[in-house]
This record gives sequence, C-alpha cells and structure tokens, in this order.
Amino acid sequence: MLNLIVTIPFLSALILALVYLYNPSKKREKLYASVGVGSILITTILSLNTLYQVVSSGESINTLLYEWISIDNFTINLAFIADPLSAVMIGFITFIGLLIHIYAVGYMSGDEGFGKFFSYFNLFMGSMLLLVLANTPIIMFIGWELVGLSSYLLIGYYHRDGANIKAANKAFILNRVGDFGFIMGILILFLVAGSNGFTFTDIESGISKVSLTTLSFIGVLLFVGAMGKSAQIPLYVWLPDAMAGPTPVSALIHAATMVTAGVYMVARFSFIYELIPNVGEFIAIIGVSSALFAAIIASYQSDIKKILAYSTMSQLGYMFVAVGLGFYDEGIFHVFTHAFFKALLFMGAGAVIIAMHHEQNIFKMGGLKKELKLVYITMFIATLAISGIPPFAGFFSKDAILISAYTSGYTTIWVLASLTAALTSYYMFRLLFVVFHSKENTKSLVKLTPSMTVPLVILAIGATLAGFAQNGFSEFLSITNSSLNIEHSLELMLESLNVVLALIGMGVAYKLYSKDAIEAKANTLVKKVIINKFYIDEIYELIIMKPIVAASKLIANVIDPKGFDLVIKLNVWIYRSTGEVFSKLQNGLVRYYALYMIIGVSAMSIYIIIKLGV
Amino acid sequence: MNPDMFFLLASVLFSIGLVGIISRRNLFIVYISIELMLSSINLILATLSKLSNDPAGSVMALIIIAVIAAEAALFLAIIIHLNRLKRSIDSDDFKELAQKGDS
Repeated sequence: MLNLIVTIPFLSALILALVYLYNPSKKREKLYASVGVGSILITTILSLNTLYQVVSSGESINTLLYEWISIDNFTINLAFIADPLSAVMIGFITFIGLLIHIYAVGYMSGDEGFGKFFSYFNLFMGSMLLLVLANTPIIMFIGWELVGLSSYLLIGYYHRDGANIKAANKAFILNRVGDFGFIMGILILFLVAGSNGFTFTDIESGISKVSLTTLSFIGVLLFVGAMGKSAQIPLYVWLPDAMAGPTPVSALIHAATMVTAGVYMVARFSFIYELIPNVGEFIAIIGVSSALFAAIIASYQSDIKKILAYSTMSQLGYMFVAVGLGFYDEGIFHVFTHAFFKALLFMGAGAVIIAMHHEQNIFKMGGLKKELKLVYITMFIATLAISGIPPFAGFFSKDAILISAYTSGYTTIWVLASLTAALTSYYMFRLLFVVFHSKENTKSLVKLTPSMTVPLVILAIGATLAGFAQNGFSEFLSITNSSLNIEHSLELMLESLNVVLALIGMGVAYKLYSKDAIEAKANTLVKKVIINKFYIDEIYELIIMKPIVAASKLIANVIDPKGFDLVIKLNVWIYRSTGEVFSKLQNGLVRYYALYMIIGVSAMSIYIIIKLGV
Repeated sequence: MNPDMFFLLASVLFSIGLVGIISRRNLFIVYISIELMLSSINLILATLSKLSNDPAGSVMALIIIAVIAAEAALFLAIIIHLNRLKRSIDSDDFKELAQKGDS
C-alpha cells in the first residue's frame, strides 16, 4: 500500500506529462483535472487508510518496493516505513494536497499550461510523499531533492516573466546551499554509523557509539538543510519570492509540502537531536529569531501573498522552537494545524486575487466582505486560528509550544515567541480588515467557481476542529521524551496571557485598519528599514552576489584569457615553430637527405667510438 | 704490402664521393660521385679477398665492375629522361619529394 502511495503520483505525473507533450496546444482540461486530482484522491484514501491502520494497530508498516543498491553485505532498499510520525504526515499532506488540487482546477482553469501544471503538481506531491515515507536518509534525500526540483518548476511556472524565473532560480540555489549541508550531514552520519545498514532504525540503534562532538556536527549540518527547505534565517529569502508562482503552488509549498520537510526531518532525526541539546537550543534560537523577524517584516508588507509568506516563515519558526527544545509532538502538531489554516489562508487569498483580477496589493482592495461572503468567513476562521484564539486550531498548537518553552526554562525564547504571537495576530488581522472591511474599493468582481470555494469550507472546518485532536495526537506520536510538570493554574494563566496578547494584536489592527486603510509610508528610518525587509536581500547581494560576480568577471576577462589561454597558446606556438624548423629540413632535395644520413651515421659512429671505446 | 694504404685509399675515395653527392648539383657529377663510392667499396672487397687468400672476393669485384657498366647505361638514360622533363640537369630543379606549396 505504501508503494502505491508513493508511485501513483509519480505515475500520473508521467502520464500527464506525456499526454501534455504529445499535443500541448490541445485543450483537455477535463482529462488533466480528472487524472491529476483522481490520482491524489486515490493516494489520499490509501494514506488515510494507512494512518487508520497505524493508529488502530499501533505498529508501523514496512514495505519494500525493490532493492536499489546491493554491494557485498550492504544494501539500500527503496523501502518505505509508516510509523506514527510519517503516517500522520502523509495523512494531512495528501488530504490538504487533495483539497489544493481541487482548488487548483478552478484557479488554473483557462491557463494554457493546465496539463503541465498538474503534472508538476503531482510530481511535487509524489516527491514529498517519497521524502516522508523513506526509511533511509538516502531515499529521503532523493525526495528532498525532487521537492526542490518541483518547487523550482512551479515557482517559475509563469515563465514568460523574467522576474519569476529569477525567483525560481533564487529558491533553487538557496535550497542547494541547504542541501549541501544536508548531504554532508548524511555522509558523515554514514561514515560514523552506517556500517550495519543505513535505515533510520539501524542508525538509531548504533547512534550511542558515536561521539557527541561528531553528533553535534552532524546535527548542525542537517539543520542547515532544514534551514534551506523550511526557510529559516539565514536561508529564508527565497520564500517571499516564491510567491511568484500560482497561488495553489504557494498553498502547496506552505501548507502541505516543502517547508514542513525541514521540521519533519528534525523530528525524524529526533534520536540524534535528543543526545545533543546544545544544538537543539541553537535550533530553537534560530527558530524564534526567524519567527520574530518574519513577523516584524510581515507587519509592514502590502502584498497579500508576501504577508502570508512571512507568516509561514514565522510559524515555521515556532515549529523549530518546539522541535529544537525537544518537544517533537508539539512541533509536528503545529505543522499539522498550520497546514489547515495556512492552506485556507492561501486559498482564500487566491480567491480574492482571482476575484480582484489578479490584484495583490491589499491596499487596493477593501470592503470585500459583502461580495465574497464565503471567502470572508473562511478567511476569518483561518485568521483566528493562526492568531491563536480559542477554540480554533492554532490556539492549541501554538499554546502548547509556548508553554513548553516556558516550563523548560527558556524564558527569553518564551518572551520573544509570545511577542511574535501578538505581532502575528496584528498583521493577520491587519490583512483581514484591510481586505474585507475598510472602505469599499471594489471593481466588478470575477465570479468564483465551486471548485475554489468548496475546499475553503472543508479547510475551515479543519482549521476549527483540528486543535481538539491534541491529546490523542501526542499520545499517538509520543516522540517527546521530556514530560511537562506544570501546575494547572499556571497553565491556565499562560493560556489566557496568550489569548490576551492575540486580542491586543487584533484590537490594534481593528483600530488602525478597519475603517480607513492607508499603506504604510517609509517616512521614518525604522519604517523604511522594515518595509525594505531589513535590506537583507541587498546585504546578501552585496556580500555574496557581488564578490561572486566580480570573481567570475575577473576569471572570465583576466585569468582565463591571460593566464590559461596564454599557457595553451605558448604550447601551440612551441609545436608550430618546431614544426616549421623541421619542415625546412624536408625540402625535397635528395642531396640534403644524403647529408642528414651522413650526420646520423657520423653521430652513431662518434657515439660508438666514445661510449663503447671501440 | 701494407693493406692500410688500400683501406686509406678506399676511405678517401668514398669520402670524396660522399662530398660530391652532397655539394654538387650537376647530375653528372652526382653520378660520377656515386660511381666513385661504388669503386671504393669494390677496392675494399678486392683487398680483403687478397688478405684472406680467398679468390671469391676478387671474383665478386669483377662481377660488380660488370654490373657498374650496366648501371651506367641505366643511369645515363635516367639523366636524359630528367633532362627532357625540365630541360635541366640541375638536381635542385627536381624537388617533387617536398610538400606541394612549400618553398
């Protein structure tokens, strides 16, 4: 069954690609949509079934697709494992992926690359499932790379515009930086712990023999990979630019696939990170600074999708705080709830964008709540969820992370994370109020198809109810080792503090933006810095791009022509001139040839006389 | 009788022939130089025959003299033919061995 879950999306991607390439200009939207969505539907049913089996039996499922590499005693199998962690992951990945696929049918209808889009989309799903279900880091890495590839293809989907290609390249290259760390980590892990097979269980059983210094090194390297995929400081800059792709792509990247891969990977390697709490602390610090940083930037953005992108980065920061401090259940639970409301937010944003004729600036919208009632209600639910207001999903997961951080004694992290929670509530409600309340600013709106609105409703239900799964969820996963000893009154106090913070953020946003929204102007230095995203892109350009470009130019214009070419040309000159000298000797006059023979014979004679002493 | 003188004479004749081949351009002179070298070899053959008291060498020298006579006819015929081709008996005019187009 696991084999089918992984292979079906790949197969349907292949079929779609072949059909599309056979005749790209022909309109076959019905066919593409039924194959693209149908395959994911089957995968979803299988995945939920798998999840059910794992839940009911409490045992993990192992399947073998085929033996990939077999050298002497060492084998790498293309085998899959569905333990609680990966079963939960595939459960919500496929479910939310399915909804996004259905939504995409409506969003992309009329696009000339419809078949291509669904082929890429299925490839994306397949890669993510491969990544999650893999039972060895090597297969995981293949999925990891395929996710990078398909995200590149999808971000650059509107390839007629050069800026989109730039964004796709940026995502791809930054992910390469992370992947380098990841593969180095895997290689070192293989060197130190790969002698008795290289599946996760094998590594886990042999990990105690490895020295802690090596493990810390491995942990940091693996986390560099997670930084790239999950968009944490300093490798996050691709995420906002990745908004260049179609909105369903953003939803898929941000909710179900790709960015959660990093968190999943850290949770998957929890047995390593548990031995090295220092590295975990480092991860948590990176996480909380990413969360705060992204929240600050998001508060001043005016592009609806960019706000959501930064909010994803911020929420990912929370997840890393949780997994870094060893609370894997809480982290994965936040991944789970986040998938619901973030997919909902992106789909709602996509619906607004479509309705507003592809306008993305929130300050050019306003008063949409009457026209887009359904979108408004669902977006409102998602915003409540992400802001952490009970009883919506985000409250439970975010609260669990904050309480964990507080009780494990990391007060600074807790303060920063709580601050971020307030900011999150502020910028999300700012988006909501500007788009749906404020003064009306509507043109004639495009009508939305049911395939775009139905997934919104389903996700809204999910975003409302997902939080109640918390207790069963932690019991089922149970990767977290440390248990929380917290008094009930203190817990209640912390919870209400979080709610109060969220309400404050909401209130400020309501006061500032519900009536009359004005785009923030860069009139003070601080504002200017924040609106320009702390100039991080520019700084990266200055310290990384510029030197590389300068070095390339130096090599292309100076070192290559004047250095290497010179050596080669010198060689050529030597051969040519010696050739010229010898060609003079062959002048066609027999008497000269006789002379050469005499010289040769004389030389031999002299040699014989002198050397051999005859 | 001292055979050294004969060897010396043969060497001198051979060297004169060699220098003639290399330095002269007139085909007749070249031909004569070749004959000179051949004769010097003949002389060595006869000398060695005398030294080792074996008449076979002398006989061979006589036969070679006959061969030289035949060869002379052939050689002169070649020179006449070359002369017909280029109206010249200068050996430098015949450079067909060199690459076409070069000097």
